[in-house]
Amino acid sequence: MTHLTGVDYAVMLLYFVFVLGIGFTLKRSVKTSEDFFLSGRSIPAWVTGLAFLSANLGAQEVIGMGASGAKYGIATSHFYWIGAIPAMVFVGLFMMPFYYGSRARSVPEYLKLRFDEKTRALNAVSFATMTVFSSGISLYAMGKLLNLLLGWSFDVSILIAAGIVLAYIFFGGLTSAIYNEVLQFFLIVLGFAPLVFLGLRAVGGWHGLSAKLAAAAVTNGYAPGAYTRSWAFMGHASQNPVGVEWFGLVMGLGFVLSFGYWCTDFLVVQRAMAANSMTAARRTPLIAAIPKMLFPFLVIFPGMIALVVTSPRAAPAASAVVAPAAVVAEAPAGLVPPKIDAATGQPLHDARGRVVLDYDMATPMLLVNFFPAGLLGLGLTALLASFMSGMAGNVTAFNTVWTYDLYQSYVRPGQDDAHYLRMGRIATVAGIAISIACAYVATRFNNIMDFLQLVFAFVNAPLFATFALGMFWKRTTGHGAFAGLVSGTLAAAIHHGLSLPAGATAGVKGGYFGVVTTYPSELAQTFWTAIFAWVTCFVVTILVSLVTRPRAEAELTGLVYGLTAKPQDTVLRWYERPIVLASVVLALTLVLNLIFF
Amino acid sequence: MTLDVRMPIGAFFTLVGVILTIYGVVTMRDPGASPTGVPIDLVWGLVLLAFGLVMVALARRARRQA
Repeated sequence: MTHLTGVDYAVMLLYFVFVLGIGFTLKRSVKTSEDFFLSGRSIPAWVTGLAFLSANLGAQEVIGMGASGAKYGIATSHFYWIGAIPAMVFVGLFMMPFYYGSRARSVPEYLKLRFDEKTRALNAVSFATMTVFSSGISLYAMGKLLNLLLGWSFDVSILIAAGIVLAYIFFGGLTSAIYNEVLQFFLIVLGFAPLVFLGLRAVGGWHGLSAKLAAAAVTNGYAPGAYTRSWAFMGHASQNPVGVEWFGLVMGLGFVLSFGYWCTDFLVVQRAMAANSMTAARRTPLIAAIPKMLFPFLVIFPGMIALVVTSPRAAPAASAVVAPAAVVAEAPAGLVPPKIDAATGQPLHDARGRVVLDYDMATPMLLVNFFPAGLLGLGLTALLASFMSGMAGNVTAFNTVWTYDLYQSYVRPGQDDAHYLRMGRIATVAGIAISIACAYVATRFNNIMDFLQLVFAFVNAPLFATFALGMFWKRTTGHGAFAGLVSGTLAAAIHHGLSLPAGATAGVKGGYFGVVTTYPSELAQTFWTAIFAWVTCFVVTILVSLVTRPRAEAELTGLVYGLTAKPQDTVLRWYERPIVLASVVLALTLVLNLIFF
Repeated sequence: MTLDVRMPIGAFFTLVGVILTIYGVVTMRDPGASPTGVPIDLVWGLVLLAFGLVMVALARRARRQA
C-alpha cells in the first residue's frame, strides 16, 4: 500500500481550501435563480470552454481511458478523434444557435418549446435520474480506488468528497462549479503531464513503447502494430483489440453515440448556455475541442505505458495489497494487476484460461510507482479533482432540470424567483444525498448499477435523431418526437436482448430474449445497439410527423433551422470566428488521425 | 463578474509550485526521493510556479484594464 507523506497531504489540503474558497467568494454574486443555474449568462468563452471539457472529464475519463489504453492501445483515441471532436464542432456551429438563441434554460426546456410537454417530461425525468446515478457511480469508484490504493476508509473518502462538492455548489451555484472545473482542468493537465513524461522516458520514448507493445500484441494474437496504430487494423473486428470494424466504429461511436452525447446532454450544453453571448456560446465547444484532441496523450498514454513498463522502485508500490507476489509472476503485464475474485481471493481467468487484468488500476499504478512524495500528492489531487468535477457537473445539471423542468413545471408553478433559488439549493443537497445512497447501493448490488447504466444507454441512444429532426426539419411534430424516442429506446432494448458479445452468457450483457446474433466484442454490440435505436427513432419520428399536424411556422422562430435568422458574429478578429475555429479544429484532428493511422 | 478565475488558479499553482520546489531541494539527496532518477519535484515545482505567476499576472493586467 502507498503511504502519503506530509507534503502530499499539504497539496491536497491546499486544493480543498481553494475549491471551497471559490464557492464562498462567489456566494455574494448569486442573487437570482438565473445566477444560480445559468451563471447569469455572463461567463467568457474560454472559461465556459474549459468547463465544457472538464465537466465531462470525470473519473470515467481519467481512469477509464487509461484502462482502455492498456486494453486497446492507441485505438482508444477513436473516443476522441472520431467519438468527440466532430460532434463538438457540430454542436457549436449548428445547434448552439437554437439552444442559446431560444433562451431555453435547459435542454428539456428546449424540447418543450420545440415540441410539447410530454417530450420534455420524458427527457427531464430520464435525464435527472441519470445524473444522480452517474454521480453516485463516480463516488463509488472513487471510494473504492482510494481504499485500494491508499487504504483510506471508503465512508470517509466519499463523505468528504461529496461534502466539498455540496458546499461549493450550494453557495456559488453554476458559476462556482464552472470556476472549479477550470481549476480542475489545469490540475489534471499539470498533474498528469509529468506522469506521461516520466513514463515515456522509462520505456524509451514512443519508439520504445511501440516496440514493447508490438511484443504484447503478438502475444495476444494480433499483428505487431495493433496497439500502436489506430486505423490500420479496423478492416475487420478480429484484427484489432477493440473488436470492432470501421463501419460500426464510425456510425455507432462517431455518429450516434458521440452526437447523442455532445449535442444533447445538458451536462455539457449547460456550460455553453452560461456564456456571455451567442458567439461565446458557439465558441465554447470549439475551444474545448482543442485540448480535447490532445487529451489522448494525457490519459491514454499512461495506460499503454503501464501495460509494458516495470516499476522503477526496488519493490513496486501498492502491489503488496493489490496483488500477491505469486500472482504478479503469473501475469507479467507491466504494472497492471490481475482482477481478483472477491469470493476466493484468487485471480480471475477468462474462458481461454488467461488471467483477467484489472485495467482500471493501470493509471493509478503508474502514478504510485513513478511519482515521488510531493508530486504524488499533486497526482492524487488531480485524480480527486477528476472525480469531483464529474460529480459537480452531474449535480449542477440535476438541480437545474429538477427545479426548472420538473418542480416549476409540474409541482409548484408560478412562485417568485427566490422560491426557485431556494429549491435549487435544496435540490443540490438532495441530489448529493441520493448520489451517496447510490454509491452504497453499488457496493452491495453491483448488478443493479450495471442494469441501470444499460437502461440509460437505451434511453440516450435515439436522442440525437429527435434533436436533429427537431432543429432541421420544421415538419417534425411533438407526437412524432415522442413516438420516436419511445420506439428508439425499445429498439435498443430489443436489439440488445437478441444479441450477445462473444464469450458472454445471457443476462445483463444481452441475449435475454434469445440470441439471434453474436458480436466480436461488447463495444461492437454497444455501437450496433445505438445504430439500431437511432435509425428506428429517425424513421418513426418522420412517419408519425407526416400523419400528425405540424405547428404553425410562426411559433417555431428561433427553434428551427430556416425559420431563424443566421447568427451574426459580433466582435472578433478573423481567427476568433466560430467557422475559422471549427476548420482549424477539424484539420488538426485529421492530422492526428493520419499520424497514428 | 466579481472574481477573475485566473486569480485563484494562479494563486493555487504558485503555492503548490513553492511547496514542491522547496520539498524537491530539501529531499534531493534522499534515497527514493526520485524513483526515476529525475529530480521531478524540483523541476515540476518550478514549472508550476511559473504557470501560477503567469496566471496571476494575466488576472492583474485584466483588472487594470477594466
